[in-house]
Amino acid sequence: MSKKYDAGVKEYRDTYWTPDYVPLDSDLLACFKCTGQDGVPKEEVAAAVAAESSTGTWSTVWSELLTDLDFYKGRCYRIEDVPGDKESFYAFIAYPLDLFEEGSITNVLTSLVGNVFGFKALRHLRLEDIRFPLAFIKTCSGPPNGIAVERDRMNKYGRPLLGCTIKPKLGLSGKNYGRVVYECLRGGLDFTKDDENINSQPFQRWQNRFEFVAEAVKAAEQETGERKGHYLNCTANTPEEMYERAEFAKELGQPIIMHDYITGGFTANTGLSKWCRKNGMLLHIHRAMHAVIDRHPKHGIHFRVLAKCLRLSGGDQLHTGTVVGKLEGDRQTTLGYIDQLRESFVPEDRTRGNFFDQDWGSMPGVFAVASGGIHVWHMPALVAIFGDDSVLQFGGGTHGHPWGSAAGAAANRVALEACVKARNAGREIEKESRDILTEAAKHSPELAIALETWKEIKFEFDTVDKLDVNA
Amino acid sequence: MPFKSTVGDYQTVATLETFGFLPPMTQDEIYDQIAYIIAQGWSPLIEHTHPSRSMATYWSYWKLPFFGEKDLAVIVSELEACHRAYPDHHVRLVGYDAYTQGQGSCFVVFEAR
Repeated sequence: MSKKYDAGVKEYRDTYWTPDYVPLDSDLLACFKCTGQDGVPKEEVAAAVAAESSTGTWSTVWSELLTDLDFYKGRCYRIEDVPGDKESFYAFIAYPLDLFEEGSITNVLTSLVGNVFGFKALRHLRLEDIRFPLAFIKTCSGPPNGIAVERDRMNKYGRPLLGCTIKPKLGLSGKNYGRVVYECLRGGLDFTKDDENINSQPFQRWQNRFEFVAEAVKAAEQETGERKGHYLNCTANTPEEMYERAEFAKELGQPIIMHDYITGGFTANTGLSKWCRKNGMLLHIHRAMHAVIDRHPKHGIHFRVLAKCLRLSGGDQLHTGTVVGKLEGDRQTTLGYIDQLRESFVPEDRTRGNFFDQDWGSMPGVFAVASGGIHVWHMPALVAIFGDDSVLQFGGGTHGHPWGSAAGAAANRVALEACVKARNAGREIEKESRDILTEAAKHSPELAIALETWKEIKFEFDTVDKLDVNA
Repeated sequence: MPFKSTVGDYQTVATLETFGFLPPMTQDEIYDQIAYIIAQGWSPLIEHTHPSRSMATYWSYWKLPFFGEKDLAVIVSELEACHRAYPDHHVRLVGYDAYTQGQGSCFVVFEAR
């Protein structure tokens, strides 16, 4: 039945609050944590979020009647209290699939976290989770290779991979930088990594770095008999420069490149990921700027959403925090989003912060990368938390070894393998961590010295962003 | 006073991927790892190759993968048989995971003599 045009301002809830709506399997679902201005009813706030992130604007307009807006609008279908928090609430919103361009994470985020975040009726707004419908997921190309293919290419099985970021992160010449790569890889690491800040600065232009690193990787492979790689950072000022760097890495026969997906942007990331699929290159993803967006418990976007978006946009490895190191992140929350990176189906589980069932279909998995302030004493906990499909990266914990990076690398490799061996043999590696490491150190002077060097270092600060639970 | 350095020299070692940095396992330790493979529901698979091509993707299969084999003793005797037949080859044991088409576990049990 056709409607009549009635100019003016209507309450959002008249159109966008639909508690009787049953979401479709094809709907994109979102959970927002809303904190409204004083005196604004919850339903009105929630409906405003649904409207402003989909079809609505502040005033009724005549041109709405040229289409069937009921077909296109987002709907708030449920409101829930936030445990332990009286001022905020969760709003669950369903968006019809047709609101989004196929395969475009950029488009999804432009709608869901666009204008609505500056909306005056809200004090804070946080996107906690998105349930991507399988119909949308099948339009995304996802990880260029995925976990299984990466293991086959690198010939690494039955254990987490081991990496490290080259330090000092800024200021080394290309040749000196390659030296540090060589030391780490000959010492037993699988990968080394460009620091995210390294792009192409005056002290070390990218081409020079790539050439020296390629030589270091090749030498380490020949001498150790194992496959090695270095994440060559292709993040650049323009897409053209990014692709030029990626092409050169391929020309040098390197297995893996790297991109910073938030500062570089989703469009660049998806493009580079598709290039990697086409060119048989692995893609490591850094997440600079994430904490600006995801750390505040009431405003921004939770990292589980950014992690899901990365899996769809594409990457073979993504940084996830360490739980135990120097950077923010509690254990249950981290387990919740590393499931989103690696599993083919993740059930709703509020104790891990997952608000929806998420079916990933045939999308390949992404390695979880634990990096930042970790050292050998953390190894048992890291293996227990992250499992085999992870990359454990020790920066200071490699280069800080009194004998240098190669010995530091060897210490980490011995510790890692001792933990995996003990786990497989049925030991409780977190409880028995001291015994396992000291036993392993008996035949590795490198590990014995590492254990002595880092015995007192702890990063025990309380997490700022916690799961919402009743105290 | 004689100079005494506290810095050691780390010598590069040629290794064979997973568990390459641990000392050779005892028989009991190898049994533990086989038991783990069986408990995960993976199929044991034995591969061998000459050291000159240890970095290659494809090593030779010993017979076929032991699909569904749950008996630890069978795997132990097959490993030994492979080692006897190819004493100058590396012999590795794989926990083959048909679901991921990957290797849940993989390590060298006998190094070439």
